[in-house]
Amino acid sequence: MAELRALVAVKRVIDFAVKIRVKPDKSGVATDGVKHSMNPFCEIAVEEAVRLKEKKLVKEVIAVSCGPAQCQETIRTALAMGADRGIHVEVPAAQAESLGPLQVARVLAKLAEKEKVDLLFLGKQAIDDDCNQTGQMTAGLLDWPQGTFASQVTLEGDKIKVEREIDGGLETLRLKLPSVVTADLRLNEPRYATLPNIMKAKKKKIEVIKPGDLGVDLTSKVSVISVEEPPQRLAGVKVETTEDLVAKLKEVGRI
Amino acid sequence: MSGCRLFSRRAAAVAAAATAVRASRVPRVFTATHRPLHTSLRSCSFAKELFLGNIEQKGVFPFPEVSQDELNEINQFVGPLERFFTEEVDSRKIDQEGKIPVDTLEKLKSLGLFGIQVPEEYGGLGLSNTMYARLGEIISMDGSITVTLAAHQAIGLKGIILVGTEEQKAKYLPKLASGEHIAAFCLTEPASGSDAASIQTRATLSEDKKYFVLNGSKVWITNGGLASIFTVFAKTQVVDSDGSIKDKITAFIVERDFGGITNGKPEEKLGIRGSNTCEVHFENTRVPVENVLGEVGGGFKVAMNILNSGRFSMGSVVAGMLKKLIELTAEYACTRKQFNRNLSEFGLIQEKFALMAQKAYVMESMAYLTAGMLDEPGFPDCSIEAAMVKVFSSEAAWQCVSEALQILGGSGYMKDYPYERMLRDARILLIFEGTNEILRLFIALTGLQHAGRILTSRIKELKRGNVTTVMETIGRRLRDSLSRTVDLGLSGKPSVVHPSLGDSANKLEENVYYFGRTVETLLLRFGKTIVEEQLVLKRVANILINLYAMTAVLSRASRSIRTGLPNHDHEVLLANMFCVEAYYQNLFSLSQLDKYSPENLDEQIKKVSQQILEKRAYICAHPLDRTS
Repeated sequence: MAELRALVAVKRVIDFAVKIRVKPDKSGVATDGVKHSMNPFCEIAVEEAVRLKEKKLVKEVIAVSCGPAQCQETIRTALAMGADRGIHVEVPAAQAESLGPLQVARVLAKLAEKEKVDLLFLGKQAIDDDCNQTGQMTAGLLDWPQGTFASQVTLEGDKIKVEREIDGGLETLRLKLPSVVTADLRLNEPRYATLPNIMKAKKKKIEVIKPGDLGVDLTSKVSVISVEEPPQRLAGVKVETTEDLVAKLKEVGRI
Repeated sequence: MSGCRLFSRRAAAVAAAATAVRASRVPRVFTATHRPLHTSLRSCSFAKELFLGNIEQKGVFPFPEVSQDELNEINQFVGPLERFFTEEVDSRKIDQEGKIPVDTLEKLKSLGLFGIQVPEEYGGLGLSNTMYARLGEIISMDGSITVTLAAHQAIGLKGIILVGTEEQKAKYLPKLASGEHIAAFCLTEPASGSDAASIQTRATLSEDKKYFVLNGSKVWITNGGLASIFTVFAKTQVVDSDGSIKDKITAFIVERDFGGITNGKPEEKLGIRGSNTCEVHFENTRVPVENVLGEVGGGFKVAMNILNSGRFSMGSVVAGMLKKLIELTAEYACTRKQFNRNLSEFGLIQEKFALMAQKAYVMESMAYLTAGMLDEPGFPDCSIEAAMVKVFSSEAAWQCVSEALQILGGSGYMKDYPYERMLRDARILLIFEGTNEILRLFIALTGLQHAGRILTSRIKELKRGNVTTVMETIGRRLRDSLSRTVDLGLSGKPSVVHPSLGDSANKLEENVYYFGRTVETLLLRFGKTIVEEQLVLKRVANILINLYAMTAVLSRASRSIRTGLPNHDHEVLLANMFCVEAYYQNLFSLSQLDKYSPENLDEQIKKVSQQILEKRAYICAHPLDRTS
């Protein structure tokens, strides 16, 4: 069934290896001049979509990202991994800071409908805000079935079988297409964007559109009051005997 | 001024001596791009003009820029490459086992790293010299991989790109670019290292003139055991224009499938142990005449061009390595405490970091300046500049890794830490690709030859009584005697060098001026015999390297200030620091070049070495000995 088309949403986040610092005015994390890259779970999502295309089960993979101009770098990485074309929903930097899962979900829902895709892939959560909401909200807005925390994905005709990693173990669902799938860590190991593919990706198109073009309102009902570093871990105290331990615990009011 | 023996006809002899003395023992060289080699190469004139006491600003000021597109592209490449090398390359294992794992090699191939400068139409990435240099910074994370890749593409297959016919390119490049075939460069023989022109491997034309029969042994060939395509240099009989039969070197593309090719076992090396180095023997190997690379008898030039065009990238490779070294070592120095203070608070430790940062800055600047010049249209030949980058960066690498190891003290000596491996890997840099001794001679002689040619014509003009020349010469002599401050066009012009670097620019100009004068004196004093005066040539080369380095940092720092790059104040600090140091070093070298200079111990050096080498031992009597 090589007529299926997939949309993959990718997010540009601070690279996982970077030691983050909070801005002195506590308004957020310092992002200027800091190394950014594609969210690791989004990479896994892109990889899965590209693998389906290589198996000839999916005809076209479209990568989309919402945010300021630098998002195009992230889209280019997706193109270098094998996506066919990209869509950049341009949001100016100031507004991008207040972009939350609900706004992005609205954008993705409209895009999924506009592009008439059968599959929407996302990473299960972003490593900067850890929300784990966008996939679920988008499915809700589209009224599509969803398979989140996917650790295995199999296409079966007009249905998709998703094995999910949940707290109790593994749950397998069969969803009717079109549906939303969010990728978990063990779904696959993403490929490296090779230099020849990066060069080929230069020729692939990235369409730039505004949220207004989709008729989406990006106002947020959430405002960030302050961002602080977690308290410094204090050294522990060693005790000699269990009696001492009980006494100490009573002292600090824990028992 | 009369009766001086300057070059003119001797220039040819010097050139021959210079080329014969040029290095060739090269498992590894980074060379120019996919552009075809034109025999009439335009020369970078910067280094040569320094010999005449001139600073040629073209191409050097302002510092070369790349287009925004190219910059975006390079930045796209950096991320995945860095990730690959950090996550998937186990340098320690490669060093211990003495080989690069097969699947690492496969991944390198799929990343596209085997055809970085092969033109796109043949399946490569077709990147410029600047981009190649940039990628080199990342590949340097593992020495064995760096050398393997370089031996393959910077020298192994480079000849095909530079002088290959369309048929040869179409036939061989695609599989080489993908890494399906690996290439090796076969020049060195047991009796012919630096003296490349003396090779003995022979290629005899068959009766039917359809193929050559190749016989001989090559030694220390990188990728010798892995390669299926070899660029082999052998002596062939050539009929000269005057009818005489001469032995000249010809370059060949040899496929392993041609038969008769065997390898020796992989050599056990001090460093870069993961790269494959071995003997390659050719026994009656039949090479079709279509596989001659370039012209029959023109092989020496092909070899030199291949080697010359890639040297510059050693600068960026080493700079990349040093930058990581600084990070690694700083982490240690800022956490390790002795005498209740962090190591980073002690002056002797701080000095080492300043050294590493300075050397990294200088070689980065030199490497990218040279790359920028090489990327200019017109296929320029910047062999002197590239050689200078190689000499500077190889010696700085050895020095800096040693100092970094020292900072770690005993830990640095242990195999648990990467420092001892990096030190072992770095040692080869001074040897291969043209030993630093040979390159110094090359740098000095090529420049002196150029100066000699120009000066000879000036002498002729003077003898002929050409008024302008006479006036110029007198004017210069007057200026010298009045010791006016030198102005070669850098300082006082804020658009060239930024005022905060003005003092350093003055020092550079002064050095260049006196260097030009000294060159004249040397040519007058020695004439053609300067070829034999290696200690003099060494000083000339050292001065020139310093001058080029000073120019590179001044140009780069000016650009950083102008562009408003972050931390440009730090750059100004580094640049000025280096220029002061280099200035005084140059003054000392220049004074040593004066005739009868008391600082010059060359005569004594010659005497000592003569007496030792005569007896082939240390000849002093033991301090405890008596006579009776």
